[in-house]
Amino acid sequence: MRLSPVSSPGPWRRLLVTVIALLVAALICAGVFALYGVAPLEAYRSMLGTLGDPVGLSEVVRRSIPLLLIGGGLTLAYRAQFVNIGGEGQLLLGAVGGSGVALFVPPGPWTLPLMFLCGTLLGGLWALIAVWLKVRYRVNEILTTLMLNYVASSLVVYLINGPWKGRNVQGYVYSDLFPGAATLALLPGTQVHQATLVLGVLVVTGLQFVLTRSVFGYQLRVVGENRAAAEYAGIPVGRVMTLAALITGGAAGLAGVGEVAGIHHRLLEPGELSLGYGFTAVIVAWLARGNPLLVLLTAPLLGVILAGGDVLKIDQNMPFRIVDVFSGVMLLCLIVSELFVQNRVRFGPWPRRSYE
Amino acid sequence: MNEISSALLQAVSFGTPILLACLGATVNERAGVSNLGVEGMIAVGALAAFATANSTGNPWLAVGAAIAAATALACVHAVATIPMRANQFVSGLALTLLGTGLAGLLGKSYEGFPLAIHVPEWPFVALAGLLTLLLAFVFSFTRPGLILRSTGENPAAVDALGISVPLVRFVAVLIGGAFSGLAGAFLSLVYRPSWMDNISGGLGWLAVALVIFVAWSPLRAAAGALFFGVLYYLQFRLQGATRFPTELLAALPYLLVLVALGVAGARQAAGHAPAALGRPYLRGER
Amino acid sequence: MTRIETLAQPGHPDVTSAVLSLRGITKRFPGVTANDQVSLEVYPGEVLGLLGENGAGKSTLISILYGLYQPDEGEILLDGQPANLSSPAQALRRGMGLVPQHPLLVERHTVAENLALGAGSAWQPVRQVTPRILELSRTYGLEVNPAAPVHTLSPGEKQRVEILRALLGGARILILDEPTSVLTPQEVEGLFQIMRELRAGGKSLIFISHKLDEVMEICDRTVVLRRGKVVGGLPIAEASKASLAELMVGRSVSFERRRVTPPPGPLLLSVRGLEARGGRGHLALRGVNFDLHEGEVLGVAGVTGNGQTELVEVLAGLRPVSGGAVSLGGVPLTGDPAQRFAQGVAHIPEDRLHTGTVPTMSVSENLALREYGQLPFSRGGLRNLQAQDEFARRMVERYAVSTPNVQTPSRLLSGGNIQKLILARELTEQVRLILAVHPTYGLDIGATEQVHQELLGCAGRGAGVLLVGEDLDELLSLCDRVVVMLHGQLLGPFDAAQTSRKALGLQMTGGAA
Repeated sequence: MRLSPVSSPGPWRRLLVTVIALLVAALICAGVFALYGVAPLEAYRSMLGTLGDPVGLSEVVRRSIPLLLIGGGLTLAYRAQFVNIGGEGQLLLGAVGGSGVALFVPPGPWTLPLMFLCGTLLGGLWALIAVWLKVRYRVNEILTTLMLNYVASSLVVYLINGPWKGRNVQGYVYSDLFPGAATLALLPGTQVHQATLVLGVLVVTGLQFVLTRSVFGYQLRVVGENRAAAEYAGIPVGRVMTLAALITGGAAGLAGVGEVAGIHHRLLEPGELSLGYGFTAVIVAWLARGNPLLVLLTAPLLGVILAGGDVLKIDQNMPFRIVDVFSGVMLLCLIVSELFVQNRVRFGPWPRRSYE
Repeated sequence: MNEISSALLQAVSFGTPILLACLGATVNERAGVSNLGVEGMIAVGALAAFATANSTGNPWLAVGAAIAAATALACVHAVATIPMRANQFVSGLALTLLGTGLAGLLGKSYEGFPLAIHVPEWPFVALAGLLTLLLAFVFSFTRPGLILRSTGENPAAVDALGISVPLVRFVAVLIGGAFSGLAGAFLSLVYRPSWMDNISGGLGWLAVALVIFVAWSPLRAAAGALFFGVLYYLQFRLQGATRFPTELLAALPYLLVLVALGVAGARQAAGHAPAALGRPYLRGER
Repeated sequence: MTRIETLAQPGHPDVTSAVLSLRGITKRFPGVTANDQVSLEVYPGEVLGLLGENGAGKSTLISILYGLYQPDEGEILLDGQPANLSSPAQALRRGMGLVPQHPLLVERHTVAENLALGAGSAWQPVRQVTPRILELSRTYGLEVNPAAPVHTLSPGEKQRVEILRALLGGARILILDEPTSVLTPQEVEGLFQIMRELRAGGKSLIFISHKLDEVMEICDRTVVLRRGKVVGGLPIAEASKASLAELMVGRSVSFERRRVTPPPGPLLLSVRGLEARGGRGHLALRGVNFDLHEGEVLGVAGVTGNGQTELVEVLAGLRPVSGGAVSLGGVPLTGDPAQRFAQGVAHIPEDRLHTGTVPTMSVSENLALREYGQLPFSRGGLRNLQAQDEFARRMVERYAVSTPNVQTPSRLLSGGNIQKLILARELTEQVRLILAVHPTYGLDIGATEQVHQELLGCAGRGAGVLLVGEDLDELLSLCDRVVVMLHGQLLGPFDAAQTSRKALGLQMTGGAA
């Protein structure tokens, strides 16, 4: 078997290879199910069952909202070669920002806008630390954003155990309930906070426009594709990357506000606030291959897996960790599939390269 | 005096798994392959060790199982990044998700049980120390060490001499996996000794960051791991002793890594990084 | 059944004494026959010149000799016995040694570490190999310090390390691939001295080059390749530069072409006491002074790494200045590369693929890399894609860029077409100063010609051109004056019409000081 490069792979080739990669991932995960002692077909039926009934579907949508926002922001960051793995921490900071406003600012019509603003800013700030270290000291952002996840998690735990611990929650560790003005309306009978959903759709649409039609989007793509050329052309690389990081962090922060204002109505344990949205969104962005608009398709796909993980927990008594296995396998299959997007498989002996 | 020696013992205890994982990561990064999957490899190693120890009662088999499981996971990374040329950083991240996920999933039934046998600590500490010296020696004074370092610096130069770059890198990644497996075995057999989900709790990431901080040197890695050990001891000791909140102390190692990477190390350490780190090698490509 | 198609081998009537024989070597690639029935002999103690233009099949032939390619037809004989060279490791074992054009060394390691990589023992390889290095150094006059880190070595020293490596591996046949392309004329003389020592020691050398002066000086015999075929082979005593050139190109070639220097225009660029630090923090420019007039082409010669890169980067706004003054048309030249471009500073960078273009982006977007933020390319922060494509189509036609369309990613273009794309973008109507670094390196004859004409055309319209080059012949034929960079300082300027390769080479090594 040998590979020969495809000079410019078309969208159909990309789609076909991606679909095959996802199928291979599903096949591998079927093996994991079997290893755990759950019939794979049964498991998949449970997971896809979420799409069949209204309750399941609303759960899928609910999970898709943060994925839409974080994933959308990540596509932009990845186009700028800012590999943000800190969506989790940025979401938590957003939740902290939103909760701070909800708990300590006198409620009124300004509460929700102020929560979103504050959460976005804090999320952006969290990403700013990493991008500052990258631009100024060339520190690998994968490590810093990851470290910041742990720091953010500690911060939330500290807040709900200490200064922000609710006055009448007894032994539980979480904050007081938000006042009514700090909660988002839900679609009746569901956990879908439609305001954040609309916001998410607007954000990804806007990002697509920015990326393809704005001068900033052009600069960002040049910075990401070829940093030396960006410097050569006088594009302010540091500034462009910083702005991209602020956008990706801000979008994650926005998602964090949506979670606390829409669903939990209080600040609680990091593990309950986020089901690993920050990591799942990495796959959302990778699947979308850097196109914000495609996140509209890929976020619900991963939403099915998250909601499906919940169903498996109940139906098959499987730990929610199955979602991490899914994410890991899918991500591996996707990055490996890139080789088959760029190359055609031929059968025959390996050619040797000229020494030149 | 007693206080100091017990502090040191605790520091060594916590530093040992970090050192083991860090040495492994040093080996594969010196060959030019980054592996951010250390956390995941530690997790599967820990689970394999615990499960084997409790079912066979044999600590040797348990350690062997840990090494085998973590190396198998490393093999996935090696296949994805070396012949298939996938992005090393994303592949490592996926490996962490896969490893911690698999361990959490398959380890569910082992949670809450104590370890059936007693495994002494000193062999692991001694092994970590020996491996440190061995690696330092191999890097500096042997041809395999020279080949490994050259592969991370300029794979084309190695290739031109008829030495297989993919083979060198593959072996290096597997060695990295084996070391992480040892670290995992230490956690579930000695340090805890039990199995719980998220047993490594970010320790793998500390190890990965430490590699950069100590500029890819095994000897300095030992000092760095001990330093983290002392830090962890302090965090433990300060709980309740001061008014400083415990939850924030838990963030201290991560904050320290950030500061260390940023202020002290980064600029200087960037000059020590293997020149071809993170770049897939394709013959004929410059 | 082997057809023996041996060329006349005067002085070596006995074909069986050949250390290496190629018999009818043919290698085909999709759409091209890179080597077509190539046969030649190499004898002990001789230097064989292998000549040919770019694309004549020299690289393929080297790859076959070094075990990287297998020939489709024909056979290789070593000492008269058929040899199967299926990998570099095997070629090395059979006594083939390759000195590549661009050294393949680990920059951070020492010379001894690099050499121990291939030839050392498992145990303490550096200590084992050092005495052997010193011994070989003495035997063949290959001066090099085994303890020196490779990144501190000059190109000539790195080449010596490569030769040592081949010798340590037990090479009897050394292939030197365009070894003089990175050397000064004086370093070339040193290399030839080493080659003579090696020849006297019974080694066989294959010297690959297209510089005919050098071939005439060092080779005993020549074999000329054209389009994959051996088109002739002459003992050097019967060859002349003209006859060899005609064989290589397939038509007669004239060697003289000199630009007629126009009267100097007004002062354009003035550089005084310029200082700047290089990538490793050392002072790369140490007080550079020169003037460039409108309509003038000023050449910058020098051995790589003497500050040429830094000089151009400073002028382009890519590297901070630590001292001195630069003014363009009497106004201090400051700002980032974008601001300088707006003042008329164009930059044709050394690495056209990784600096000059974004390979994954389209021809159209690459052509907008300079002016994307201005009318007509954008307005109020939003891009006008129609205007961008319109501009691109005009430029593609004007500069004869060969591309399927303007949406094609630029990485699919050939080197010559990428360079044309860069010229189209940089050489605007308003251009006043052109910084061109190795603008024709690796281009075919047609593209080289076009680059020369565009640059001279701009000079004719009053722009000043700073041309950094390695090829002294090119500099002498294009430039009005030439300066030489040595250790971060300038020597000269020298009038291009009055000076010679030899004189410049002497300056480049500091031999004239």
